Amino acid sequence: MTDTSLIVASSEGRTRRSWAFTAGAVIVGLHLIIGLLTLVWTPYDPAAMSGGRLETPSFAHWAGTDRLGRDLFTLIMIGSRIALVVGTGAVIIGAAIGITIGLIAAFASKTLDDVLAAGLDILIAFPTLLLAMLIVASSDGASLWTAIVAIGIANSAIVARLTRILAKRVLRMDYITASRISGTSWLGVVAIHILPNIWPTLLVNLALQFGLAVIAEASLSYLGLGAPPPNASWGRLLQEAQGTVYTAPFGAIAPGIALVLLVIGINLLADGLRDIADPTRRRRR
Amino acid sequence: MSSLLSIEGLSIEAGGQTLVSDVSFSVASGERLGLIGESGSGKSLTALAAIGLLPEGLRAGGSVLLGGRQVVGARDRDLVPLRGTTVATVFQEPLTALDPLMKIGRQVAEAVRRRTRRDGQPSDERTVTRAVLDLLDQVALPQPERIAKSWPHEISGGQRQRAAIAMALACRPELLIADEPTTALDVTTQAEILDLLGRLVRERNMALLFISHDLPVVANAVDRVVVLRHGRIVEQGPVGTVFQQPSHDYTQSLVAAARSFDNALEIAP
Repeated sequence: MTDTSLIVASSEGRTRRSWAFTAGAVIVGLHLIIGLLTLVWTPYDPAAMSGGRLETPSFAHWAGTDRLGRDLFTLIMIGSRIALVVGTGAVIIGAAIGITIGLIAAFASKTLDDVLAAGLDILIAFPTLLLAMLIVASSDGASLWTAIVAIGIANSAIVARLTRILAKRVLRMDYITASRISGTSWLGVVAIHILPNIWPTLLVNLALQFGLAVIAEASLSYLGLGAPPPNASWGRLLQEAQGTVYTAPFGAIAPGIALVLLVIGINLLADGLRDIADPTRRRRR
Repeated sequence: MSSLLSIEGLSIEAGGQTLVSDVSFSVASGERLGLIGESGSGKSLTALAAIGLLPEGLRAGGSVLLGGRQVVGARDRDLVPLRGTTVATVFQEPLTALDPLMKIGRQVAEAVRRRTRRDGQPSDERTVTRAVLDLLDQVALPQPERIAKSWPHEISGGQRQRAAIAMALACRPELLIADEPTTALDVTTQAEILDLLGRLVRERNMALLFISHDLPVVANAVDRVVVLRHGRIVEQGPVGTVFQQPSHDYTQSLVAAARSFDNALEIAP
């Protein structure tokens, strides 16, 4: 009896999770398609004043126009592309730095490990956004790439701390000792055992970092520290719409919806990713 | 016969505390030696020190000669070729002894490939696969093809331990260290694994260093025993002598405890 109910419960759990994964994949996929589409086609020229100022949504302008008369839907589409580029770039940079430092700390002598761990804790104590602002402010000037690098570095501390803890846990396992005894080098141990074993958890975290990076970029742009004007980042659209939010609220609502949708989609995707990456949670064939 | 493993005056310290002191014994090739004592007596530490894999923060002193090479104070890089060729290990907990994210077949194949590379033999996919299935068959795993395609969580504890033994054998070691290999298993499976280990050690003329706190288990598995207590050797000798006429108080109490437990089981309906 208990067995059956357990099976039912877990299969329900799987259905729920796979539903989340599908929904996440659809939302993120939609953003991806739109982002790629803007490379070749947009409904209007993003810089052209294609309509009247602050128009409400209509058939010609799906999301209305901004205060310069530019088509908002076009700008939001381009914002999609920017958000995805920033998210991907920041996650790659964050993962490269974070995983490397985390692994070094996990293998290091106690003193070096303590120093690295304390350093990471200090970095994590700073809010990601504040850290990214400091990095942007200390660089030559705001650009898309500075924003990506800044967010990537700011996020890398969290990745590093997670990698360190996960790797340390795996390192204590008997199969590592067994592998070492049978003559595997440390690098071999990392490639064969550690990375595959920490990957499922790390992947979920990286997906969440992607969402955080998208939000961080919007915040930086909102503060004028992100991509400079011709780039229609969602944060910039929000900031530009701020002055007219009472007269034309849709200018702020539309990019807001796009941003929230992408972040929710990424979070749903992250939820489902773990089941795919971890065979012990995979459905039995 | 030359000694495969020869330990002289081994001591292990952690932060000023002595965990193991003045331990000396040797294992000749083909010999089966039991290392017994209660939990915390330093059995497992001694075994780890023998292969130079003490956890960080522990320091070994004295001398450990493994296959004629000094392990104490040696650099890790110099020990890598020694491991696998000379020694392999089977652990207590079969759940953690296998990588949970790798199919059984691939885990054994990794060990097989390391050996073939070491011996300069061909390591193409087909040879390795055949060697893997052969090994799984030798440890008496049913349906080797199916087991090879299974994840560790899909097979039973006893089967996992057999798979772990297959991995250890894949290296073709001269000395097998078994660190309480049956403690985590139920009694029936224990007996099967012990039979298997005994048979494999005899067939391959491997030396065995068997670590356990379970006297009846040790009595059946080895020729000679070393009794450890609080990190010191209290007694060593042939298994029959030590268990029938224990000279040290501690060994006497161990044997008496095992006997009274046996008697209690017999009296019980």
